[in-house]
Amino acid sequence: MKPGGANVVVNRLISVGTPLLLLVAWELAARAHAIDTRFFSSPTRIFAQFWLMLADGELLYHTLATVTRILIGFVIGTTIGIVLGLAIGLIPTVAAALEPLVDATFPIPKVGLLPLVIILFGIGEASKYAIIAISVVYLVIINTAAGVRQIERIYLDVGRNYHAGRLMMFTDVALPGALPSIVIGMKVSMGVSLIVIVTAESLAAKSGIGFLIWTSWQVFEVEKMYVGLLMTAILGFASSVMLDWAERRLIPWKQP
Amino acid sequence: MTAAGLDGALKVRLRDLHRSFVLHGRTFDALDGVSLDIAAGEFLAIVGPSGCGKTTMLRIVAGLETHSHGTVEVVGVHSSARPINSMVFQQESIFPWMTVRDNAAFGLKARGIGKRQRYALVQPILELAGLAGFEHALPHQLSGGMKQRVALARAFANDPEILLMDEPFAALDEQTKLILQGELLRIWETSRKTVLYVTHSIDEAITLADRVLVMSARPGRVKELIDITGIFSRPRDVGAVKSNPRYGELFARIWGELRNEVANAPTPAERAA
Repeated sequence: MKPGGANVVVNRLISVGTPLLLLVAWELAARAHAIDTRFFSSPTRIFAQFWLMLADGELLYHTLATVTRILIGFVIGTTIGIVLGLAIGLIPTVAAALEPLVDATFPIPKVGLLPLVIILFGIGEASKYAIIAISVVYLVIINTAAGVRQIERIYLDVGRNYHAGRLMMFTDVALPGALPSIVIGMKVSMGVSLIVIVTAESLAAKSGIGFLIWTSWQVFEVEKMYVGLLMTAILGFASSVMLDWAERRLIPWKQP
Repeated sequence: MTAAGLDGALKVRLRDLHRSFVLHGRTFDALDGVSLDIAAGEFLAIVGPSGCGKTTMLRIVAGLETHSHGTVEVVGVHSSARPINSMVFQQESIFPWMTVRDNAAFGLKARGIGKRQRYALVQPILELAGLAGFEHALPHQLSGGMKQRVALARAFANDPEILLMDEPFAALDEQTKLILQGELLRIWETSRKTVLYVTHSIDEAITLADRVLVMSARPGRVKELIDITGIFSRPRDVGAVKSNPRYGELFARIWGELRNEVANAPTPAERAA
């Protein structure tokens, strides 16, 4: 066994064991009536509800609505973000024009823009895509521009000395050079997307996990609310696994 | 000054090249009136104490830096099909995100040559540079020496009128350096391009060059031009040059020119000031 091998195994067990332990504690507390099950339910009841909703398609319906919104908004936001970030990083005039604007509006909570977005894009799906795209675009712009500026000068010198045109500087030097930083921006914004969409759906939607969570709470179907929360967590985990996989494919030269 | 001892036509003409820069409110001269003629097909090595402006001079010729006054002229009928210069850098400069082949074909792509044609053009040069079988490798899979082979291939594949090399082997270990010096001579023999080669190694200058330009300590000026071709003819063998008794003579002569300059060179603290 390699040095620290035993520790690795122990830490794995702890990682799996801690959440399980909490669930067991929750279940025991519920059965002993130490907690109010009207509000806090119990793990077994929630999992039972989860299977029920999975079987009758209700869970899939809401999950699909949320995932579609995230994906479309994410693709729009990332594309715009990468283009603007590259331009800001490479062209000083563009940086002068856009950077103060980005820096000033970045801290505005994006959910706070929901009324404006609904006025502009309507109450339908378009406003959901837009709010996701807006949340994503900032993080991608900032990370892309920073990534371009971190590219070692030597690569820009090579580009100039070998007469790469502006387009080629974008596609062959700046974009791949900034890619590690861009992927970090995408990972962070995927998490933010989930937070924003669940919030937006609970405020202004007739489907989606956020809608499920909020309406279940209002009609006091606590188990359904917890199923919605659980699904959000599953989506968060799944998206991070997928982005890790994408990172390994996109940036093979950064792998250990 | 003329390209004495060389029968080639004039290729590069530097006249009264000056370069100064301002640091913390003080003006420093990096180059102080460098005038020099380099013949077509000549391999010129440039040696000088650290901070004498030899790299600055090369970067000015490359168009990566500007000069304060004076002229740089590359003689010849320039066509858009062929770049005037290509540079090989000291640091690792090949793109980690491109395969060996795409790295070598970078200049050709920049000139708008289609994929199939540029791969066809680059293949013989990759083979010449000892990179056959590594076309699809990514740089992180290669050793430092192999990476510099790719940088050389990229420059030669670009087929420039002149080649600029800034201590391309300085970061390599001694054995790898010896091998690559031999390879460089072999590749260069196939095209006999005009080369400006900056190095801090007297040994490397004698081994590779037709003439050695010794520069003075900062501000950089032309101190001495030493002919090598008259002593070691082409094609040259790296090992044979070093074991020749006249090698020691040449080494002593260049070191004699350099020694005083190195003593006069600004200390690292002064350079940083």
